[in-house]
Amino acid sequence: MNNLENRKIVVITVFVMVGLIFLGRLFVIQVLDDSYGSSADNQALRFVTQYPSRGIVYDRHGKILVQNQAAFDLMVVPRQVEGIDTAAFCGLLDIDVEEFNRRLDKAREYSSYRASIFQKQLTADEYAQIAERLYQFHGFYGQKRSLRIYPDSVAGHVLGYIGEVGAKDIEADSVYKSGDFIGISGLERQYEKVLRGDRGREVLMVDVHNTVQGRYKGGELDIPAHAGTNLITGLDLDLQHYGERLMQNKKGSIVAIEPRTGEVLCLISSPTYDPNLLVGVKRARNYQLLVQNDSLDPLFNRALMAKYPPGSIFKIIQALIALDVGVVNEKTGIACNKALVGCHNHPSAQNLREAIQMSCNPYFHQVYKRLINQGKSSNYFEDSAIGLDAWEKRVKKFGLGQRLALDLPSLKSGSIPDVALYDRIYGARRWAFSTIYSVSIGQGEVEVVPLQMANLAAIIANRGYYVDPHIVKQFDGRLDSSLSYEAHSTNIDAAYFEPVIDAMQRVVDKPGGTARRARIDSLIVCGKTGTAENPHGEDHSVFIAFAPRENPQIAIAVYVENAGFGGTWAAPIASLMIERYIRGSVRDSLKEDRVLEANLLNVERDED
Amino acid sequence: MRIKRSIFEDIDWVMVITFAALVLFGWISIYAATYDESHPSIFDLAKNHGKQALWIGLASVIAITILFFDHRFFETFAYLIYGAAVVLLLAVLLIGTEIKGAQSWFVIGSISFQPSEIAKFGTALALAKYLSDEGKRFDQWKTKLYALGIIFFPAALIMLQPDVGSTLVFASLLIVLYRQGLSGWIFGIGFIAAALFVIALYLKQFEWTVSGQLIEGKMVFIVGLTMLAAAILYLLSKRKGSRLVVGGAYAVSLGYFLSVDWLFDKVLKPHHQNRINELLGIVSDPLGAGYNVHQSKIAIGSGGFSGKGFLQGTQTKFHFVPEQSTDFIFCTVGEEWGFIGSFVVISLFVFLLGRIIWNAENQRSAFTRIYGYSVASILFIHVAINIGMAIGLAPVIGIPLPFFSYGGSSLWSFTLLLFTFIKLDSERKYVLR
Repeated sequence: MNNLENRKIVVITVFVMVGLIFLGRLFVIQVLDDSYGSSADNQALRFVTQYPSRGIVYDRHGKILVQNQAAFDLMVVPRQVEGIDTAAFCGLLDIDVEEFNRRLDKAREYSSYRASIFQKQLTADEYAQIAERLYQFHGFYGQKRSLRIYPDSVAGHVLGYIGEVGAKDIEADSVYKSGDFIGISGLERQYEKVLRGDRGREVLMVDVHNTVQGRYKGGELDIPAHAGTNLITGLDLDLQHYGERLMQNKKGSIVAIEPRTGEVLCLISSPTYDPNLLVGVKRARNYQLLVQNDSLDPLFNRALMAKYPPGSIFKIIQALIALDVGVVNEKTGIACNKALVGCHNHPSAQNLREAIQMSCNPYFHQVYKRLINQGKSSNYFEDSAIGLDAWEKRVKKFGLGQRLALDLPSLKSGSIPDVALYDRIYGARRWAFSTIYSVSIGQGEVEVVPLQMANLAAIIANRGYYVDPHIVKQFDGRLDSSLSYEAHSTNIDAAYFEPVIDAMQRVVDKPGGTARRARIDSLIVCGKTGTAENPHGEDHSVFIAFAPRENPQIAIAVYVENAGFGGTWAAPIASLMIERYIRGSVRDSLKEDRVLEANLLNVERDED
Repeated sequence: MRIKRSIFEDIDWVMVITFAALVLFGWISIYAATYDESHPSIFDLAKNHGKQALWIGLASVIAITILFFDHRFFETFAYLIYGAAVVLLLAVLLIGTEIKGAQSWFVIGSISFQPSEIAKFGTALALAKYLSDEGKRFDQWKTKLYALGIIFFPAALIMLQPDVGSTLVFASLLIVLYRQGLSGWIFGIGFIAAALFVIALYLKQFEWTVSGQLIEGKMVFIVGLTMLAAAILYLLSKRKGSRLVVGGAYAVSLGYFLSVDWLFDKVLKPHHQNRINELLGIVSDPLGAGYNVHQSKIAIGSGGFSGKGFLQGTQTKFHFVPEQSTDFIFCTVGEEWGFIGSFVVISLFVFLLGRIIWNAENQRSAFTRIYGYSVASILFIHVAINIGMAIGLAPVIGIPLPFFSYGGSSLWSFTLLLFTFIKLDSERKYVLR
């Protein structure tokens, strides 16, 4: 019997062994192996991203330029899709079963357990119809997103657009996930980090039927979303809108700046496009249409990227530098010697004012010669190089030949020729004034973009300085801060501006002025026409101006491509803009109608 | 002879407290598994946990009632209870209600119970009564056969229902026979049979083609087995008797090995085949046959070391795990209390089993000892299979975790089993050998 009694040891040992084997196994699956935990989370937790609403963009008067509208992405978790009435579901979405299977396969390819987008950006109305019956369709749920909407369909070039992130964006910033939106151009891109806000996350528990059962751990792991910061711009919605209308059927651009602050009042590139076209699911298709099927290239922002020779407008800079250097004074008269450079028929300028007013080419040929050849070296070539070097540095003070600090991407710098450039073209000491004289009248190697010309108008309006032109003047929201922008001086004595401004007033006011069409009753407009030579066709019509003469409120540059002489189209458009901005309406409706009705797009084609 | 002053005197409170701890842990696990925020009360009778509170109350009544019984009652009426259980098993085959494919329930109004629960109790008593008879010597074949018959008869009736889980429970009573003198070889042979069974199924997956000749995994094993037998025969060449034994064992093993496929395909039902294939890792179908275990492992595994916290489980509460308050109740423990909780529960069970065996051995009465072994064996196999299947170490067989799983019928029957032993044990000092 004793022998058998010892068998209790065997029995108890078996019990203990089984217990230990179980505990060993449990230790493996509970402590050592993490995969069960993530499987559980995949099944029972749904991580719902809370998308913050993107910041709104306002104009200078608080009117909305861009805001958001609700949209829904229909999400699918392929693993959970089972036993649904496919036909009914397809009916709701208006797709066929093949398409349904194709999308489901695609989602499955990404992951069976994770949600992917089944149908993008349903409108709130479309989603409402589906949401009612969504409980019947296991594995599908709606995720709220927001789309951009542009109430007045203006300023597409400035505001830019958003689109889905690409692989590079995701790599560059881990905040983004596939399917997210990011600013691709314009302010949307420039201020992406400000506008996007902070994304939130909600952790929900779902049961085996994918029905939400509440917040996981009472919302402890949730992260609230914070709306994006709003942008308050210096743009004037009405002026922008008006300018876009004026520029209809014309190629070119208008840039207006408030001289004192550097705030951009409007920035128009024509032809433009309705920014609403580049929203949501239709973006890709419309983008193709805009890029491929439109020879006028509406997505190209001429105001910032189109490089033109400044033409006669450059004479203002020549005059100011010459006055400051002292090579001329306001009384200097120079004969209109057409042997030096071509000119139109006009009496010789008796002084600087007349020279600007009449835009005399030989006058400024001589002025430039005096600036370049100051006799600082006995060698003609070396003297030219010394002169050009000093001149170029002064010109650059006007914001030319460099990228202005505008808060928009894709801004071009234009170019101001320097010694290095000519040395590269002709070889050192193998060029002199006689090689480069066409620069004197804004032709040759000088290139500017319209923004720089508007900025030039602001410099003159300010009598010698400019504030970095900018679109956004203030943040409004979580990042609440007023932005400050730097002022830059041209280092030219303010006194020298008066004769130049006198001349610019005469350009508009005097019977012999080149921009009589820019005249506005009882409002002093100072301007200068330019004609940018265009080797491909009709010259571009250019005009810069500011008004009123004292306490200027607006500085403007208008480019109309292939429209010929600056006074014909650019000047009246500028005056309409100025009047609209300062007075709120335009009195001379004949002038307005003439511009609105003009179609200058065919000029180029006529020549073909 | 001493006179007992109180029926609570000499009770092994350690067993009672362990029992109570398991029941309470079970109850809060059921609460967690079926918890929903609209019915937050643990006593809500609309929910399983509320009903379980009621069942626990009734189980306490049963426990206390048993303590008031005269201890001789059980020994005296052992055969009668056994006989009644057998009658009920026969009756259930005729007039019982079929639930989940097994005709194993009597349903009277809102009350339902399984006669197999009574049969476990009755068989334990009858086995104890028969084997404790001084006249029966276990070394006689006749005694062994009768004892096996006592176990086999109700088991066979339950198999007819068919209820594989409960049938298997009766096999655990072989542990009792082992204690009474059944040769350990039985278990050795059983183990070898099981191993051969698993190997045969496992090797089915493998086959190679060597120089145009198809070689099945099975063949390799047969060759190995033959070579082993030949080697042993050679070494034992001088002893004729041993050679016969080895030769016989080889022949039986080979025959059995070759017939595994047939046994597997013809005797087992398809869902059993699937579960075994799944368990052995031959087939992996987490959405089909393997769904339960897959989900169960996820629930337990996701609990980690310290668990997700009380009522914080998601896998069990949100119905990812099926039968989460009955067969897979252990998942709730694993998920919400983690490895620590698993450790506590398994330790409590092993401790209780060990305590029962320990107490059983301290009896003067052979009846009480054998009954104690029966109780331990029955509880052990329930625990081993129930937790084993939850962690993927045993095939999915629907039997409850004692004291833990939701259900009045099983809770009462385990209470009855255990408290009858507690009662008998409390009388150990008053029983003459």
